[in-house]
Amino acid sequence: MSRVRSWMRHDSMSVVFAILALLLLAFILAPVVKTVFSSSPGTLWGTLRDESVYSSVLLTVLAGLLATLIGIVVGVPLAYLLARRQFRGKRFLEALIDVPIVIPHSAAGIALLFVFGRQFLLGKLFGHVGITFVDTLAGVVIAMMFVSVPFLIDSSKDAFKAVDVRMEKVARTLGASPWQTFFRVSLPLAWRGIFSGSVMMWARAMSEFGAVLILAYYVPFLGDRATVAPILVADRFTAFGLDHALPVASLVILISLVIFVALRYIALRGDKQ
Amino acid sequence: MIKVSNLAVRVGGFSLREVSLDIDSGEYFIILGPTGAGKTVLLEAIAGLHSVVKGTVSVDGRDITHLQPERRGLGIVYQDHVLFPHLSVWENVAFGLKSMRCPKRDIWPRVEKIAQLMNIDHLLQRKPPSLSGGERQRVSLARALVTEPKLLLLDEPLSALDPEAREKMQHELAEIHRRLNVTIIHVTHDFEEALSLGERVAVLNKGQVVQVGTPEDIMRRPNSEFVAGFALSRNLFQGNAAGAEDGSLVDIGGVRIKAETTLRGTVHASIRPEDIFISREPVRSTAGDSLQAVITGIVDKGSVAYVAVNVPPEFTCLVSRQSLRELDLNIGIEVYITIRASAVHVF
Repeated sequence: MSRVRSWMRHDSMSVVFAILALLLLAFILAPVVKTVFSSSPGTLWGTLRDESVYSSVLLTVLAGLLATLIGIVVGVPLAYLLARRQFRGKRFLEALIDVPIVIPHSAAGIALLFVFGRQFLLGKLFGHVGITFVDTLAGVVIAMMFVSVPFLIDSSKDAFKAVDVRMEKVARTLGASPWQTFFRVSLPLAWRGIFSGSVMMWARAMSEFGAVLILAYYVPFLGDRATVAPILVADRFTAFGLDHALPVASLVILISLVIFVALRYIALRGDKQ
Repeated sequence: MIKVSNLAVRVGGFSLREVSLDIDSGEYFIILGPTGAGKTVLLEAIAGLHSVVKGTVSVDGRDITHLQPERRGLGIVYQDHVLFPHLSVWENVAFGLKSMRCPKRDIWPRVEKIAQLMNIDHLLQRKPPSLSGGERQRVSLARALVTEPKLLLLDEPLSALDPEAREKMQHELAEIHRRLNVTIIHVTHDFEEALSLGERVAVLNKGQVVQVGTPEDIMRRPNSEFVAGFALSRNLFQGNAAGAEDGSLVDIGGVRIKAETTLRGTVHASIRPEDIFISREPVRSTAGDSLQAVITGIVDKGSVAYVAVNVPPEFTCLVSRQSLRELDLNIGIEVYITIRASAVHVF
């Protein structure tokens, strides 16, 4: 008790900062908690059994996962190059990678449409192998990937930077080729940062609204047409009002939180070793 | 034989210029220089870890300047060990054998053998973060030696160790060199380390080799003020250590001074100039006796002065300007110097 009092008397800054921090936490927590608990478990279960909600959730999780997996395959090598190599225009490239974070996502959707639309360059190219993007699952995936891959690249780059470059040098002198060095030393030592970047990317991808709305609003999925969960929530709100949007919103938040917390737990568990 | 000719390397803003060295097979070669001289860059360039701007590196007549590091058959050990933290000690040591695609049945016995040699066989299941500094250094050496490299590169291998572990590791390095008959290039900023381990020493400054020779050459015949500053800033003597009633006595060219050491036989001893106490009258103390000497030179450095005295041998002492005046020290006068046994570094 006396410790607390002397601490408060001597350090007004800590008190002010703590109050501001609590206000902010309340601001974040209150809407989330209230929404999640506004619907009874029975209502949530009923909502999930609604065919359009179920396929929407599945589409969102699946497309987010696909976007993240593609992001890992192409993003991790880029992150490694940015962490290890010096080259002209590197700063510019690093700024460029973060562009999707700073532009409005509906504008990002327009930009994607402009390149991946059927009559445009990449759209035509992929069209030859039977992949189209406008109002298809592939469109949902690239829209999600475009806006969320910077999180993966930035986090992976920091993770590779944190690996002592001499670890790689030692591995090379011990007879390991550059490939072996990457897979036996750099990647295992950076995996936690890459993993948490992937979780961030997946979470960000699943919550994407604007870019998906423009490029692939409703797409053929499971023999019917479905849209991603964030759009479904908005559609229900504008068409039927709060009462119909709320259970879907609760469900989506709950699913996101469960996945997020579970994956964070996996990533942090290794930290204690 | 390792031959480095006119090697030039640029790393960031630093460059290594026109470095040439000839190192014999089986030699214990030291690269000595201050921080920032380019010692590590030179070592890593020999390992193939930096691209070469100019010049060549060859081993036994074969040009390896552009050979990938994994094909050079050498091992490197860094000051702070750089063990793979995600692998056990066993996996660290076995890393090179696996990279070389050594048959599985051979890996175990080879790891076992080197682990016994380096005295780490009881640590094989541990992870590097749980080891002490000395243990990590031995694992790091075992990892480099298990592939039986022709050349072992050591980057300040003793600097991160506490004095006790350092002395032990210094003996172990000499022992490894003797038993495995491996060529060693050892980088250090410590002159005493160079003296006690090196068969030959190259002094490096600002990316250039300024002198190559035996430790005695460097110590007695420095070819520049820079090398002299590096070598002669201390009172360095070769001598003979013997036990005495209370500690040890080191005979350095006629006079015997007290020291705290367990070493016996031929040794080196060094005394920092500021640890030698000058007085006009003899001082009697249990820590060390006074020696009579004559002042042969005084170099005034402003607030301090270096005073050379001859017992013989000659010692350099550092005194404050105030002492210089109060004691009225001049060339030719007789003084007494006192050296505490704990100030004598024997190696």
